[in-house]
Amino acid sequence: MELTGAQILMKVLKEENADTIFGYPGGAVLDIFDELARADINLVFVRHEQGAVHAADGYARASGKVGVCLVTSGPGATNTVTGIASAYMDSIPLVVITGQVPTHLIGNDAFQEVDIVGITRPCTKHNYLVKDVKDLGDVIKEAFYIARSGRPGPVLIDIPKDLAIAKVPYKVKKKVGLKSYKPTYEPNKKQLKKVVELIKKARKPVIFTGGGVIISGAAKNLTEFAHQTRIPVTGSLMGLGGFPGTDPLWLGMLGMHGTYRANMAVSECDLMIAVGVRFDDRVTGKTDEFAANATIIQIDIDPTSIHKNIPVSVPVVGDCNITLGYLNDLIKKENSEDIKKKREKWLGQIEEWKETTPLVYKQKDNIKPQYVIEKLFEITKGKAIITTEVGQNQMWAAQYYHFDKPGHFITSGGLGCMGFGLPAAIGAQKACPDAIVVDIAGDGSIQMNIQEMATAVQYGLPVKVVILNNRFLGMVRQWQELFYDKLYSSTHLDHNPDFVKLAEAYGALGLRATKPEEVEKILAQGMAHNGPVIMDFVVENEENVYPMVPAGAPITQMLLV
Amino acid sequence: MTEEKYTISILVDNQPGVLSRIAGLFSGRGYNIESLCVAETSEAQLSRVTMVTKGTRPVIEQIKKQLNKLINVVKVIDLTGTRYVQRELALIKVNAKPEFRAEILRIVDIFRCKVVDVGPEHYTVEVTGDEEKLNAILGLLKPLGIKEVARTGNIALSRENNH
Ligand SMILES: Cc1ncc(C[n+]2csc(CCOP(=O)(O)OP(=O)(O)O)c2C)c(N)n1
Repeated sequence: MELTGAQILMKVLKEENADTIFGYPGGAVLDIFDELARADINLVFVRHEQGAVHAADGYARASGKVGVCLVTSGPGATNTVTGIASAYMDSIPLVVITGQVPTHLIGNDAFQEVDIVGITRPCTKHNYLVKDVKDLGDVIKEAFYIARSGRPGPVLIDIPKDLAIAKVPYKVKKKVGLKSYKPTYEPNKKQLKKVVELIKKARKPVIFTGGGVIISGAAKNLTEFAHQTRIPVTGSLMGLGGFPGTDPLWLGMLGMHGTYRANMAVSECDLMIAVGVRFDDRVTGKTDEFAANATIIQIDIDPTSIHKNIPVSVPVVGDCNITLGYLNDLIKKENSEDIKKKREKWLGQIEEWKETTPLVYKQKDNIKPQYVIEKLFEITKGKAIITTEVGQNQMWAAQYYHFDKPGHFITSGGLGCMGFGLPAAIGAQKACPDAIVVDIAGDGSIQMNIQEMATAVQYGLPVKVVILNNRFLGMVRQWQELFYDKLYSSTHLDHNPDFVKLAEAYGALGLRATKPEEVEKILAQGMAHNGPVIMDFVVENEENVYPMVPAGAPITQMLLV
Repeated sequence: MTEEKYTISILVDNQPGVLSRIAGLFSGRGYNIESLCVAETSEAQLSRVTMVTKGTRPVIEQIKKQLNKLINVVKVIDLTGTRYVQRELALIKVNAKPEFRAEILRIVDIFRCKVVDVGPEHYTVEVTGDEEKLNAILGLLKPLGIKEVARTGNIALSRENNH
């Protein structure tokens, strides 16, 4: 059967179970969009290519599938770079398809030509420039395979315009075989025995979870593991939801804005079991003093994550879910009562830390941003899918919304990319039409991809934007307050738009609360509305996120409220 | 921790862009490249990259893992501390005024190298060997006046175990 490149693309997308794509058209992809209009694939037409990538990212995290975007060459392609970099750092499986100028013009500085493969080489898991339509089908299949397997990540495919209309006989490749790429899923059994022995001996163990737990679908096995061994659990920002946030063994988040008890427990533990984490500097603080008394076990599918920032005593290379499954089986054979008994003192100590130094804020006459999140948690019964922007809003969301399930906290962790939350919410809502999806935003970040309100309205995606409006680039202002003598250089947002009117201009509902007693009512009204909403919460303008560990300090050095 | 030199042999898919993936990995992560040599192997679809790099042990371990992570890298072999042969080729253009010619030819003879280009004012000498040999001959020729040097960088293969 003879097919054009564009038809091959549609066919392989279907084969790969990609029924939704996020895109923005242009000259180099006219033929693909033409084919797309006839294909049985949902296109979400966004308003900016960065939005397309973040939306695909949110879609991937909420659905567990590969997120797909399609954009044109040149500026369309360069606009995707931030989104790709964010997905790369958070290990999110994406296939990003960019149009390219026709093959015969490549290298000539043609109109809207950029070397997007060169530009994205360091921020993709892999990328391709397809030069022959005969290779196209195989490349797309390979791209999906690479994106979703091993440690997932974004893969970019650059398709020159002439390939979309060139015809070739099409043969489906059933299986992708890559000689040079074979992720290790199965852990070494000998290492697992060592892990069990260490757990039996440990007096003050801690489990530290990261995004790997969520990506590998290990939440259930992890919960069982922690309960069986009665080991308290902390997590990185990316790990939230990997273990129930309302479980008594949950310590809260670790690191720069971690809870007192999590940071103390890690600093005093004698055994750390790190699962799917990469020891980011926002978690470790000063590395020499991080878990300095502990034997560290690290489970990760990516060998480069092991020994990179923190020396590890027992490395276990393997899929987190598979590995925890084996560990659960091994632990079952042990005398678990014996193991559990050893924990009393340690858990008592943690309880004490929790009581003496809980996560708190002071109520005042103005709305406290933390209060808004607490109320949001109550009203949504903890069931909403939360996306965030970046800054204080993100940290308060992480601290005060207790995530019980994986895939419910969607944030740009590694890149910390403002403008992520709204498009990611749109993607998540597309993946989960019946879920309540909320973007917790700052008044600065929301303006970075506000144009996507039009997308939400167009597709009837009822995302709820909660703006914690402090008239500042709050997180930067907080650093200026604490470390730069309160010189608020370029952080005051005194020319914000009227967010209620802005919502209305897009055809969405706009609501505002200015007093604490209005918060619940506005949230309830917003959640009940069957369409996209912007809720503008005018909050205390110089509130800080606490605890806070100054950059590079040991995590025991916390500034408290 | 001290920095040491490591020789790493990398088998890669013979495809456009692979070298820039490797070079980009090194520049992006701040690793050193002392020398780098690439050419096809006996199998047309594979190339061999021989790289000499410098770093502490943990950094080298990380480099090897990062290289392995690249999709187009088939195999990473650390030759350091193993039995292997290494060679480098250099072309040395040296001042060859009449009064120096005999001296140059004597050095060429001792090092078993060749004069591959001759002019009224210069000899170009081709020399093959390991780093030590190349540095030795360069040291001897230097006082006579070296005009230009081109070196290939190291290539290396492991020795077979059975002899
Ligand atoms: C694209 C991008 N630019 C700049 C930054 C640096 N930055 C980090 S937090 C922040 C302030 C965010 O302000 P806002 O969205 O109002 O949130 P708040 O901290 O007030 O909750 C800035 C500018 C960033 N993370 N991303």
